[in-house]
Amino acid sequence: MEHGSFQDESQATFSLTDEDHTLANSLRYTLNQDPRVTFCGYSIPHPSDARVNIRVQTTGVPARDVLKDSCQDLMLVCQHVRSTVDQAVMEFKNKQWVESMNIK
Amino acid sequence: MKEQKTTKVPVWDLPDVPKGKLPPHLQLQRTRVLCTFDAPTHTESIQYSGAYAAMGVDNSLRLEEFRNNFRVEVIKLTEDDMEFDMIGIDAALANAFRRILIAELPTMAIEKVLVANNTSVIQDEVLAHRLGLIPLKVDPRLFNYMIENDEPNEKNTIVFKLHARCERGSPRIKVTTNELKWLPNGSELILSTEKPTQDSTSKTKTYTSFNCRQDTLPEFLDNPIVPKHDDILIAKLGPGQYVRNFATPLVNETSTNEASAISFTFPCMIESPHVSSNDTFSFGGFIKLAGAVGSGKNEGLNVMGTSGSVGMEIELEAHAVKGVGKTHAKWSPVATAWYRMLPEVVLLQDIEDGMAEELFKKCPVGVFDIEDIGKGSLIVFDQFIDRQLGRKRATVARPRSCTLCRECIRGDDWDKLLSLRRVKDHFIFTIESTGALPPEILFTEAVQILEEKCERVISELS
Repeated sequence: MEHGSFQDESQATFSLTDEDHTLANSLRYTLNQDPRVTFCGYSIPHPSDARVNIRVQTTGVPARDVLKDSCQDLMLVCQHVRSTVDQAVMEFKNKQWVESMNIK
Repeated sequence: MKEQKTTKVPVWDLPDVPKGKLPPHLQLQRTRVLCTFDAPTHTESIQYSGAYAAMGVDNSLRLEEFRNNFRVEVIKLTEDDMEFDMIGIDAALANAFRRILIAELPTMAIEKVLVANNTSVIQDEVLAHRLGLIPLKVDPRLFNYMIENDEPNEKNTIVFKLHARCERGSPRIKVTTNELKWLPNGSELILSTEKPTQDSTSKTKTYTSFNCRQDTLPEFLDNPIVPKHDDILIAKLGPGQYVRNFATPLVNETSTNEASAISFTFPCMIESPHVSSNDTFSFGGFIKLAGAVGSGKNEGLNVMGTSGSVGMEIELEAHAVKGVGKTHAKWSPVATAWYRMLPEVVLLQDIEDGMAEELFKKCPVGVFDIEDIGKGSLIVFDQFIDRQLGRKRATVARPRSCTLCRECIRGDDWDKLLSLRRVKDHFIFTIESTGALPPEILFTEAVQILEEKCERVISELS
């Protein structure tokens, strides 16, 4: 859910339910890396509520678009991490397998 | 007063500010945590893209750059353990993966225990809690979550049976997870609402409603569901019996149907199912006891070790369902998952001879070695240095084993001789699986969950 104004779309607070530091901190990281972002931060208003508020202020582009782009970035980063880990594991297993063959 | 004309010069036009490159001290603060003798400093990661704009340095993340720099090196991989280096990623993401591994990856764990009989010294709720924590060797991806008002069926519930008894006169026995038997056909206990005198042609309703046997499903055909370890102690049973003294209701014929359902919502649901009269129950001891203490004098526990009694017995059914670690730790797929940043030990100047010897002795984990400068070869250091070999110099041989105890920089200006650091974007990640899934699968599943979270936000925003 977005809390912003119609006059100025460049700043908004996004309230995400059922999320915690896991996503919010990762998103804060990717948002901060975006040069269009002037300010970004998150808070958990109450520890008993499963909810985070992410504040995004930009240089002019709608905050919603920037957040979407950040999510997209994070997904691409994750996909790259996944494929890299898969590849490293496969290489390691192959190496182990070759070693277990005990070829002299 | 004479007017002084000042011309404003932008900072990046000053000759001593290098363009496009951070000065070494800032680069150090950006990429390393410095572990000084009193406290670690520069622990934060500089995330803001414009943090070094004044230096003409762009701190933003470009995917291309990330792709080129990110590396993974597997150090150790066994059935349940994995250690790997993740290089070129921010702590925010590494921590997200760790948090998901611990709290948000699903597994199957025993959630409901139906106790038909428990005359052991271990109470129903304690027993149920112990059962809940047993790791089960089953792929949770093959099951669905049991949502509210869902009937327990073959796609969301696994049923185990446990029936153990210590015979009279025999020594104490240990009940282990070995005795937890999988019931592929679901519960065998009949629902209390069902009348026992129903005609035998219709299927009597039990606590689960399975449409087919689980062991006929292709994924479990040659892969029966068992606890991960078969030697986990659940309870100990002795030849004597601890009997709860329910004085009056038990002498009554109808008493078994009046047994109250005890339920504990956390961490395990226990129910005392109503047992139909043809179920075998060792009530001999009960009736005798109840008759003897009809006056209600002996309230509480009574040990029945005398003649006419039977040994302790546990008969129960355990229902496992799918869940996540943030609900209860029993669903966590990892014993633990953690990371540490790569330690870096830098000798700021040559440390030789007596100092080298002292440094070697200072380190409790053997980070340093001593090198013989004269010969240029490494000598095995054993208690003392052979002084005839000439000059010695300390080297950093095993920085990975450094625990950053800071013993080496304690005392007389040692902190000026060497510097302890941690590399901010190099994580030594360790995953210890509890056995439901191998650790490498767990990690990729965790990354996938983070992706799904992003997807959810995107779809909510558009």
